[in-house]
Amino acid sequence: MQDDVLMQARNLLTSYAGPPLKIMEVCGTHTHEIFRLGIRNILPKSLSLISGPGCPVCVTPVSYIDEAIYLALEKDVLITTFGDLLRVPGSAMSLARARQEGARVRMVYSPLDALELAKNETREVVFLSVGFETTVPGECLALKQAEEQGIANFSLLCANKTMPMAYQALKGSADAFLYPGHVLAIAGTQSCEALVREGVSGVVAGFTASEILTALACIVHESAKGKAFFVNCYPRVVKATGNPAAQELVAHYMEACDAEWRGLGVIKGSGLALKKAYQHRDARLRFAIPRQEGRANPHCRCGEVLRGLCLPTDCRVFGRACTPSHPIGACMVSSEGTCAAYFQYGLATKPARED
Amino acid sequence: MDQTVLLAHGGGGVQTQELIDRIFKAHFANPYFTADDAAVLPLGHERLAFSTDGFIVSPPFFPGGNIGKLSICGTVNDLACMGAQPLWLTCAFVLEEGFPLADLEGIVCAMAETAKAAGVTLVAGDTKVASKGQVDKVFITTSGIGRLLGNVHTSGALARDGDAILVTGDIGRHGAAILLAREEFGIEAEIESDCAPLWHLVQAVLEKTDEIHVIRDATRGGVGTVLYEIASQSQVGIEIRQEDLPVDPRVSGICSMLGLDPLYLACEGRLVIIAPHKEQDRLLATLRALPHGEGAACIGSVTGRHKAGSVVVETAIGAKTLLPRPTGELLPRIC
Repeated sequence: MQDDVLMQARNLLTSYAGPPLKIMEVCGTHTHEIFRLGIRNILPKSLSLISGPGCPVCVTPVSYIDEAIYLALEKDVLITTFGDLLRVPGSAMSLARARQEGARVRMVYSPLDALELAKNETREVVFLSVGFETTVPGECLALKQAEEQGIANFSLLCANKTMPMAYQALKGSADAFLYPGHVLAIAGTQSCEALVREGVSGVVAGFTASEILTALACIVHESAKGKAFFVNCYPRVVKATGNPAAQELVAHYMEACDAEWRGLGVIKGSGLALKKAYQHRDARLRFAIPRQEGRANPHCRCGEVLRGLCLPTDCRVFGRACTPSHPIGACMVSSEGTCAAYFQYGLATKPARED
Repeated sequence: MDQTVLLAHGGGGVQTQELIDRIFKAHFANPYFTADDAAVLPLGHERLAFSTDGFIVSPPFFPGGNIGKLSICGTVNDLACMGAQPLWLTCAFVLEEGFPLADLEGIVCAMAETAKAAGVTLVAGDTKVASKGQVDKVFITTSGIGRLLGNVHTSGALARDGDAILVTGDIGRHGAAILLAREEFGIEAEIESDCAPLWHLVQAVLEKTDEIHVIRDATRGGVGTVLYEIASQSQVGIEIRQEDLPVDPRVSGICSMLGLDPLYLACEGRLVIIAPHKEQDRLLATLRALPHGEGAACIGSVTGRHKAGSVVVETAIGAKTLLPRPTGELLPRIC
């Protein structure tokens, strides 16, 4: 710990004696790093960190998994996906289970890999397009190349989300947000700056130990002033304008739509859908997928965990029926999920809470 | 437990242990059956160490070595970890129809060279050929016999409160090298596997002191997995310091890009050595003077302050947190 900045931030946080503050992080990588570094273990009780809906796997509704399984089992489509989605339980099964039953499901590291597969396939290839502002440009790039190269058998099943409307929906759940550095590097800071007028506070954070602690210290410092605030604590990467090239690419292919978030319900204008001119690439329309109801396991409390209303340890199935090797809820699947982090870092017993 | 074999059963973590306990141990159990790297067997007045290991690494050729070199190092190091001088090895090949003979010769040459460097003799072998597609290129199994040095008793069950935990060099390099060699990520970096035979390091530390409690090679599952195994076998708590872990900057770069932890990446030329704290400086000096020991470091200690069976990390911010348990699904076919 030679880092002076880190030490200063640490001291400011550990000596905090103000009123209780709830800080919500909304990025899976932040969740993971906060656990890995043991940040909760050095904070006084009055500072609580809540893991919000920052992991794209965790906020994907059950009905979306059911749609993908319908495509794989009923329409003989080759499903391509980021690995984390494979084990998310749908109403009846996960994609991994569907694969054991003969569905064709392939894990890829990038939407462009999915497009490459499509080039060598005669059958239809669908990429499961989930993720926030950070992953959408890659998905649009694959779409652009599919159009330019006339690869007709490639389409997207979209469940992409954008963050700004979610902050408003979560406004009452936390006193301030730890804004996700990667997302704002693409989207720019304007939407978060504008949230100050709505009374929503937050600080943009990077991902090193020093950057996260500094951002938390900044929140503590600003909160004492008693009014809503926005500070960019990650200026080496995040600029006010974001990444215009990525923004233009997304704006060309996609437009805002209402979107369902697991646990939060439908949030107006918080999703992205393909524009009319590109609807022939929309797997929902192409395969006329019937509406899926999506029944989550009734014992699972992921929805409340995502809103910061309960801790994973408050859930009856946590650590018993629901573990990383046999997840019941989405938050136990991804290593960035709150439940998985609680399990991995041994918080199976209830830690002290302020109430 | 699952009803079919999963890739995770081969990952060296919890699921591997479950498989061993439920299937193998249930039927093979006997007084010599071992949880260590090699069995120790009495023969007259001598004690022998006996070990076997299968190799299915993909790709078979990688920066810093190939499956042949790996197959010698693996078994030599398993014997060495018991304090046994490796003497004789056997090897069995399963070859895929159509595998180029020139590649096979490359692998066998590496085996001969590595055996020579390690001071072992290959004394018997077996060759099987499977039809194209029934095996991937080449799989090798080696078995080895070594002779235990007179007064040596090392075991994963002998770690004691107050012991220091040493590693013989930077960690995670083999895993990172294999990952890049698969060319699935489009990342380019010059990382060579640490693959090496290590008897000379074991011999040197055993000559310095009779008080070596544990020697383990941190292969599949990496140093993190080995530490959990030792914590459980010895029923002790372990604490390591994040900042003292030797990691090549290229390896930590790859890890942060892919969301991996170097503690769980395989090494093929690194030992974890546990000995009383008072021996620490002498042992580090000895290791650092020898090839493949230059980067030796103390990474933590065995302590009664933590629950038996747990591994705690002091992180970069000075907080203490549990090291996540290895899950074993990280990367298939790493060795």
